[in-house]
Amino acid sequence: MCLGIPGQIIAITDPARQMAMADVSGVRRAVNVAPVLSGAMEDLIGKWALIHVGFAMALIDEDEAEATLQALRDLGEAQEALEAMAQGQKALEVEA
Amino acid sequence: MKYADEFRDPTAAKALLARIADLTDEIGATSEKPVHIMEICGGHTHAIFRYGLDKLTPDGVEFIHGPGCPVCVLPMARVDECVQIAARPEVIFTTFGDAMRVPGTKTSLLQAKAAGADIRMVYSPLDALELARRNPEREVVFFGLGFETTTPSTALSIQQAAREELTNFSVFCNHITVPPPIKALLDDPHMLLDGFVGPGHVSMVIGTHPYDFIAQDYGKPIVVAGFEPLDLLQSVLMVLQQIRDGRAEVENQYARVVPEHGNPVSIAAIADVYETRPSFEWRGLGEIDHSGLRIRAKYSPFDAEEKFGIGYAAGERSVQEPEGCACGAVMTGRLKPTGCPQFGKGCTPEMPLGALMVSSEGACAAYYQYGGARAVEPAE
Amino acid sequence: MAAHGLSNRLNKTPAEEEERHIMALRDEHVTLAHGGGGKAMRDLIDEVFTSVFQPESREDQARLMDDALFEPGARLAFTTDSFVVDPVEFPGGDIGKIAVCGTVNDLAVGGATPLWLSAAFIIEEGTEIALLRRIVASMQAEAERAGVKIVTGDTKVVGRGSADRVFITTSGVGVIPPGCDLRADAVQPGDVAIVNGVLGDHGATILAARGDMALSTDIQSDCAGLGHLMAAVAKACPTLRCARDATRGGLASALNEIAEDAQVAIEIEEARLPLRAEVKGMCELLGLDPLYLANEGTLVLFVAEQDAEAALAAMKSLPEGAGATIIGNARASGPGPRVTMRTLFGGARIVDMLVGEQLPRIC
Repeated sequence: MCLGIPGQIIAITDPARQMAMADVSGVRRAVNVAPVLSGAMEDLIGKWALIHVGFAMALIDEDEAEATLQALRDLGEAQEALEAMAQGQKALEVEA
Repeated sequence: MKYADEFRDPTAAKALLARIADLTDEIGATSEKPVHIMEICGGHTHAIFRYGLDKLTPDGVEFIHGPGCPVCVLPMARVDECVQIAARPEVIFTTFGDAMRVPGTKTSLLQAKAAGADIRMVYSPLDALELARRNPEREVVFFGLGFETTTPSTALSIQQAAREELTNFSVFCNHITVPPPIKALLDDPHMLLDGFVGPGHVSMVIGTHPYDFIAQDYGKPIVVAGFEPLDLLQSVLMVLQQIRDGRAEVENQYARVVPEHGNPVSIAAIADVYETRPSFEWRGLGEIDHSGLRIRAKYSPFDAEEKFGIGYAAGERSVQEPEGCACGAVMTGRLKPTGCPQFGKGCTPEMPLGALMVSSEGACAAYYQYGGARAVEPAE
Repeated sequence: MAAHGLSNRLNKTPAEEEERHIMALRDEHVTLAHGGGGKAMRDLIDEVFTSVFQPESREDQARLMDDALFEPGARLAFTTDSFVVDPVEFPGGDIGKIAVCGTVNDLAVGGATPLWLSAAFIIEEGTEIALLRRIVASMQAEAERAGVKIVTGDTKVVGRGSADRVFITTSGVGVIPPGCDLRADAVQPGDVAIVNGVLGDHGATILAARGDMALSTDIQSDCAGLGHLMAAVAKACPTLRCARDATRGGLASALNEIAEDAQVAIEIEEARLPLRAEVKGMCELLGLDPLYLANEGTLVLFVAEQDAEAALAAMKSLPEGAGATIIGNARASGPGPRVTMRTLFGGARIVDMLVGEQLPRIC
């Protein structure tokens, strides 16, 4: 359900109909930005939005994205530390 | 691709999978006595199979594939009504590609197109609107289907058509909503679910509070999840943590896209254009109260049901599911797709018998396409 | 409507021809008269087709000879293919270029040296003659690049609506040198699968060019002749088993066909698949799988593992093989599915034949 993909707003194409150009990895499509419009349309240029069926449905929150990635990184480091400890334990057992 | 590739990094998955394995052990879940986690959304089902996540997670975690594929749960009678509208000579019938192959009782839209109906696939309801502007002598009908993610797009398109005073554009509304079928599943005494992975893109529209009842009234954990593989694994981990801790909360893993209160513009557009139907039929699940939307009277000039005299209650409603079809049992988690006697025999993607084989997002079709069906050698 | 060769032009000097052309074809669009068997038809054929293809024979059939045919053990290869493309012109090519490349490639992947092509045109009434000229010019240019001659052909004109501008059928004849026997059932477990470049460019280009989805990109079709590439690999690799061009149905279909014929399993690695960012973007937007997108200048071939480096080097020496890369290998066939892919995530999934046509989806 509900295929959505991040795209960057690169230009305003039809202010009257609240249309802007979004770029998804070099594929461009005119999208309706009404759901993410809170100020001047121009302010959207450069912003990343979640694109679904020709609409910018949500702006992507960069800080939240970074926080999620950081949580994943922390988990990775914790896991490495755990594994290192387990390895060390094993080595000690073998020596003993 | 920004905001996608970072969440597909296989090295980061290692730690997640190790933690998931640890927690599964801690909870005491095994292949004989697994935790059942339902991913509600068909997009999640698709991602699980596309990335082979079902093969990477421990045997003690079992994914139950939910009803979140709007194409799969589309009643056959509605497809028949689409074909009926599309067959009118003045009509250009527009639809997302997903719906083209869905079988009605007699034909699919793809077959109707071959038989001469003017049926066009579009990417967006905006493209249907553009067709209406360019073809003032034709009636352009858009097949509105999908959950809350897609509903704002048709609502905003109808509002736009009203502003432009277009008289040849209408929407055949089949929009449905996520919470009612979840409630129906939770009320099912056969239900085996221990927790939910919640639909991220539905939630970007409606926020996370519509799921409060799952945690508060039914005591089940739910984590709203993104669609990349790391999103899904992290969400599974969060569900397992809740189960271990004995918590039942609504958590949001997909905060980069999902605000707690959803999208106000979209919510307002839905409320302005649509109202809830008393009940709506879901293929495989039956009639579910307050689960479907219809266009409000003030937008009736844009309502294909009004325009072509096809009310929801007008026709023969309930169509018998084909004999031997066990979609209902699969959707409630009582049966695995491969446990259905028709799977891969009387029911294949070429000739789907039941709802879940219809769309590539359907659990059975995903199983069939990506190898849940047949043995895949485990990754080395 | 009587059949007629391209070769029935009058016996005139080039100067006379030129003069007659100036006088002859004044129409801007093809009419039913151009298919009527009379002077109008002769003018169209002479001016638009034979003046460019320059067939040697003036008879209704080409009369062919090549030294390669006399080598003991040499065999003829013969293939045919029809081409319908919407739109007929697209970034990176047109229907004419595809019609030549497609048939050249069907010969080349069988190990044949492509030599001669026929070209038959079904033309819709109302088609611009300027468009036909562009298509014919691009066919001739591609034929020259591939080292083949378009030696015979045919035209038919059908009423408006009975065809979509122009359909082309090309048949091709080539010579397979002695000792060369490429076949899918020669693929053995352990053999390496190599593609010559990026996947899905043609399919993505056509999707965008059709305009239904209102998407724009800078992607171009990968449409290219692969005869020289195949010759280079065959020369460098004694263990070249087989090759298939990954046209309709994409790489997934080509691999499934090979796996079935060879009774082997094939595993590819997602991380190794060469894909342009734009093609990925379009697939994400429309919910498509690039493994099933059509290619017109991409092939997959199998060689023994010890020859993989030699094959890669041979391919990379040519522009159409610059992106050559190993994507996976053949394995002993088990009870499981034939073609699988190790995902970026280390999981495994089936890569099945496509059911019908791949449709864009939103959910």
